[in-house]
Amino acid sequence: MSRISDRFDRLRRDRRTGLVTYITAGDPSLAQSAAILKTLDATGVDVLEVGVPFSDPLADGPVIQRATERALASGTTLDGVLQMVADIRPDIAAPIVLFSYANPIMRMGLAQFTARAAEAGVDGVLTLDVPPEEGREWHQAFTQAGIDMIFLLSPTTSTERMRKAAHLGRGFLYGISRLGVTGARTDISDAAAELARRVREVTDLPLVLGFGVSTPEHMQALGRMADAAVVGSALVQVIAEQGTDGDPAAAAATYVRWLRG
Amino acid sequence: MSAVWFGRRDPDARGYFGDFGGRFVPETLVAPIESLEAEYFEARRDPAFAAELDRLFRHYVGRPTPLWDARRFGDPCGQLRVLLKREDLTHTGAHKINNALGQALLAVRMGKGRIVAETGAGQHGVASATACALLGLECVVYMGTEDMRRQALNVFRMRLLGATVVGVDSGSCTLKDAINEAMRDWVARPHDTHYLLGSALGPHPYPLMVREFQSVIGREARQQCLDQTGQLPDVVVACVGGGSNAMGIFDAFIDDAQVQLVGVEAGGETIAAGRHAARFAGGAAGILQGTRTWVLQDAHGNVEATHSVSAGLDYAAIGPEHASLHASGRARYEYAGDSDALEAFQTLARTEGIIPALESAHAFAYLLKGAHGLAPGTTVLVNLSGRGDKDVQSVAALLPEGHHVAHQ
Ligand SMILES: Cc1ncc(COP(=O)(O)O)c(C=O)c1O
Repeated sequence: MSRISDRFDRLRRDRRTGLVTYITAGDPSLAQSAAILKTLDATGVDVLEVGVPFSDPLADGPVIQRATERALASGTTLDGVLQMVADIRPDIAAPIVLFSYANPIMRMGLAQFTARAAEAGVDGVLTLDVPPEEGREWHQAFTQAGIDMIFLLSPTTSTERMRKAAHLGRGFLYGISRLGVTGARTDISDAAAELARRVREVTDLPLVLGFGVSTPEHMQALGRMADAAVVGSALVQVIAEQGTDGDPAAAAATYVRWLRG
Repeated sequence: MSAVWFGRRDPDARGYFGDFGGRFVPETLVAPIESLEAEYFEARRDPAFAAELDRLFRHYVGRPTPLWDARRFGDPCGQLRVLLKREDLTHTGAHKINNALGQALLAVRMGKGRIVAETGAGQHGVASATACALLGLECVVYMGTEDMRRQALNVFRMRLLGATVVGVDSGSCTLKDAINEAMRDWVARPHDTHYLLGSALGPHPYPLMVREFQSVIGREARQQCLDQTGQLPDVVVACVGGGSNAMGIFDAFIDDAQVQLVGVEAGGETIAAGRHAARFAGGAAGILQGTRTWVLQDAHGNVEATHSVSAGLDYAAIGPEHASLHASGRARYEYAGDSDALEAFQTLARTEGIIPALESAHAFAYLLKGAHGLAPGTTVLVNLSGRGDKDVQSVAALLPEGHHVAHQ
């Protein structure tokens, strides 16, 4: 059983809502990202999502776009991210999921990427612009390497396509709780509950809900509908506010503790 | 419009032309793109849709556009016989209007009242704003701030036409970034918005649909060549940004194996990272903005900055069908640099009294630079994709005081 499935089984057994965190690797530097991930793990985060910066993040809102620009400016590459994950893996208990766009992975080559990711101890990969229809070749490569391929579900996803994603996907499904790009919002939309209900009719795979989470109230609201909630842009913003000479790891940990209430 | 304007060379069911194409989009966009595909496939079989598009093409756009035998321009090209397909004479002054009207009609059919579009040179933005004004649709155009500076006249035109122009100042502040922003808008409002993509790019069905709306160019030109010269051209040349004017004119000739097809990309300053936009000269296969194609990118898969004197060619990827024609060898791809394009811009003006768009000037530059061994008397059909009024101001700023090309 994968480290991811294991974690979600435990969450269900303990009847606890999980917390998934997203950070953009390399913002402000890979060394800081390593420190942030270790600290988040120590606070008990359930899944660590590590964003691979890409020059054209068309599914991301302004906060992650700016983080991506800082990460690229600090020289971050997919290669470097894999190296960083390999370095911290022995010290980290939580599963690690890479969040990427297709092109950096294609450029490295699917076979090379999956081999290196598996070696680094990556547990899952979510590629924002590879829907299940394009994912067959990818799915094969990931399965062979023992890495979970994670798919997104959106309020616009049909039930038929939810089945497809549930069939091909491993580890968990990532529900986008609202239309639009990534970014913190002030409320949790009704679309989240409806999406969760529809997913539950189709599959037992763990479901995490994200896009817009920024407060403990959001966490609790989503937690009632899903196995875990994802905090992304809000956390990236906390890290950004530390600038280059602050303590982003400490700030991230404080923020996450507050979120969990 | 002839009965066979669609379905002649469809990609496979997943939208691939050979190894290129597909649909690499964020999950939220899959459903709206699937319904766009279904709606387009239905519309293109509907004679009423074709008839309405045909009516607009004739009476609004001014089609068919003329084919002009450019005798004086042919001389400095090594005595070629150069035929110009005059898309510059369409309403709004570029081929972009053909596709904009087609997609805007489709949006009406889908009950979508809001259009988002990207634009580089501003010609597609102007065409979209025009189509929306005509059909009563709301229009939001995303445009890189660098392009807004280069094409200030077109920004004003779009606003006059009632469109909202939104400046994009991320990345390189050009076409690629405008596409990212238009897609972000669409992800947030897929239900009431149609994304009117302006070139033969992006996820399936856009490369097919845009090519089919533009294919009127080649259909007319092929018949005009036969009528006016009694034969098919030996060579067809078009500039290639995303690739819509080139696909539009190539389409009618693809099955004529004896006709050479040549696409001309932007060579910029020189073929070095960040200084050009010649994808086949400096790129590699990759995935960008919904499609698998040739992309200018670094060793880590990040998209490289591009440069061209012409905003409409200044883009890091090329339409997937071009990648497929390149792979099969059916079309050949060359490039022309900034200074050669500037020279061709002036030469066409002085020899024919026609000021071409800087984009189109790249196609003429290829011919002026010796046309790579074409024998005198060879008949070359060139897509004059747009007129150069929008570029006059920036060309004036680029040319040294009193500079002009030697009188031919
Ligand atoms: C006149 C003209 N020609 C060519 C192009 C390049 O686009 P495409 O390659 O899609 O024809 C543009 C784009 O803005 C244009 O305005």
